[in-house]
Amino acid sequence: MTRFSPFNAVSLTLGFAFLYIPIILLVVYSFNASRLVTVWGGFSTTWYASLFANQQLLGAAKTSLLVALTTATLATVLGTLAALALVRASRLPARSLFTAMTYAPLVMPEVITGLSLLLLFVAIGFDRGFWTITVAHTTFALCFVAVVVQSRLVAFDNSLEEAAQDLGASPAQAFILVTLPVISPAVIAGWLLAFTLSLDDLVIASFVSGPGSTTLPMRIFSSVRLGVTPEINAACTILIALVAVGVMAATLTAKWRDGRRREGP
Amino acid sequence: MRLTRSSLTADMRRRPSQSANENRKGISRVALAAFAAIPPYVWLLFFFLAPFLIVLKISFSEAVIAQPPYTPTFSLSDGISGLLEAVKSFTIFNYTFLTEDSLYWRSYLSSLRIAAISTVFALIIGFPIAYAMVRTGTRWRPLLVALVILPFWTSFLIRVYAWIGILKRDGLLNQLLLSSGLISEPLTILNTDLAVYIGIVYGYLPFMILPVYAALERQDRSLLEAAADLGSPPFLAFWQVTVRLSLPGIIAGCLLVFIPAVGEFVVPDLLGGSSTLMIGKTLWTEFFNNRDWPLASAVAVLLVLVLVVPITLFQRAQRRGEL
Repeated sequence: MTRFSPFNAVSLTLGFAFLYIPIILLVVYSFNASRLVTVWGGFSTTWYASLFANQQLLGAAKTSLLVALTTATLATVLGTLAALALVRASRLPARSLFTAMTYAPLVMPEVITGLSLLLLFVAIGFDRGFWTITVAHTTFALCFVAVVVQSRLVAFDNSLEEAAQDLGASPAQAFILVTLPVISPAVIAGWLLAFTLSLDDLVIASFVSGPGSTTLPMRIFSSVRLGVTPEINAACTILIALVAVGVMAATLTAKWRDGRRREGP
Repeated sequence: MRLTRSSLTADMRRRPSQSANENRKGISRVALAAFAAIPPYVWLLFFFLAPFLIVLKISFSEAVIAQPPYTPTFSLSDGISGLLEAVKSFTIFNYTFLTEDSLYWRSYLSSLRIAAISTVFALIIGFPIAYAMVRTGTRWRPLLVALVILPFWTSFLIRVYAWIGILKRDGLLNQLLLSSGLISEPLTILNTDLAVYIGIVYGYLPFMILPVYAALERQDRSLLEAAADLGSPPFLAFWQVTVRLSLPGIIAGCLLVFIPAVGEFVVPDLLGGSSTLMIGKTLWTEFFNNRDWPLASAVAVLLVLVLVVPITLFQRAQRRGEL
């Protein structure tokens, strides 16, 4: 009994139009020949050329990529461990504190996370720069990884690990050799999520960055404050394209793995 | 299908182990998990809880022109006596200042109002989308879910920035409306509260759609048929069955939009006007422009207090597995 009324069709069309039209317009106007962002002056790739000549922007992009790569890796390791603890460690000391600390950063306003971490770094006399941004990003990204991996781990059939242990594997071996490959799509998704969260973050990085470590969103933000320019549109388009390609690659990999598993040996 | 599998394994886990051997394996697995907890636990204690306590401490300090710009400062090497000395010079000046200057409590109220209105609009727009997604064939659902998630992967800053070009006085929306003859004068939307509502709803809409969608997808369609068999008109059945049963998803979605929206900085800064008061922006200004760290800390502490109730509700929903 699937009733698909015109009302549903209209909701979907309008909903997705709302979600996508602003992004599409942004991309379209990055190819605008005119310097005025809102007047169409013909197709051109000038702004991409001037973008790649902008050393400041390129430097910021490099910083951002390095921070994001380090963050994603650290957050994936810590977040997967946290997920394991959330699902299985029934008798953890102060378990509710641990649970609260893993979920709170998900909804904590960024200004608070940024301010509090900065004050910590100042209090312990830690020089601000690449590592303070990375540590700050890892702290909130690991919670997102934990939630993603946890949802997969809950559905994991423990008897598989038990079978591995029956066959002589230690608990750690059983986890690494049996469980980890099964939950790997969630772990990979977690890594990608941590990577984009770090790449996108403006507020927290603004608080904890130091001189010489400006990230791409910080650079974009300071130029946006001065006005909308086609170069920023071009920079945004490249970022969007990178994310789209990454997400698609991840989806296809997951599909391919699933398909292979189903065919099975 | 995944849901039934997960509940099945949960049932299996709850069943008492049949043999001592299995029990031992269970124990070693729990022990391993407890061991695994150590790195993230220590990390979060040090980089999430400790910074929080420092914010609390500095909110009772005085602002000075120095590096760091607050007093008293103390280091662990001063020991207990140093700590007591510091505590003695604590002041609640920052908090009394917050209550005296109307800018701050107006910022809090205005943030709550803007976040609440945006949440209502996100629900009004998001619910029909989630509902229509469930009503499409099962073949299309994964694609539609992916399409809802995809904007979330795109930078929030970029998505907010995209609206500037649309809402500007000579922007694309005004050009469209003027050329269609619907309006004769360009509308002023950018730098008003309306632009802030649009930005927040746009930015957080996926957070509303996904939990509502998950709740709707879980529903047994035969319940609606039963309601119809028992003589309930379609609208009443929709209200009493569909909406009622998706309430956990609706609540989760509302909290996921409301909580971060209260502390939002990027949207009011880029789309809002000078009269748009939001506490995230106030905190930012206090910190970066006025360099008053103790006052910024006090603003942050009060913001957390304001958000404690919704955050607790959110965590409870999360633990019950509604998200």
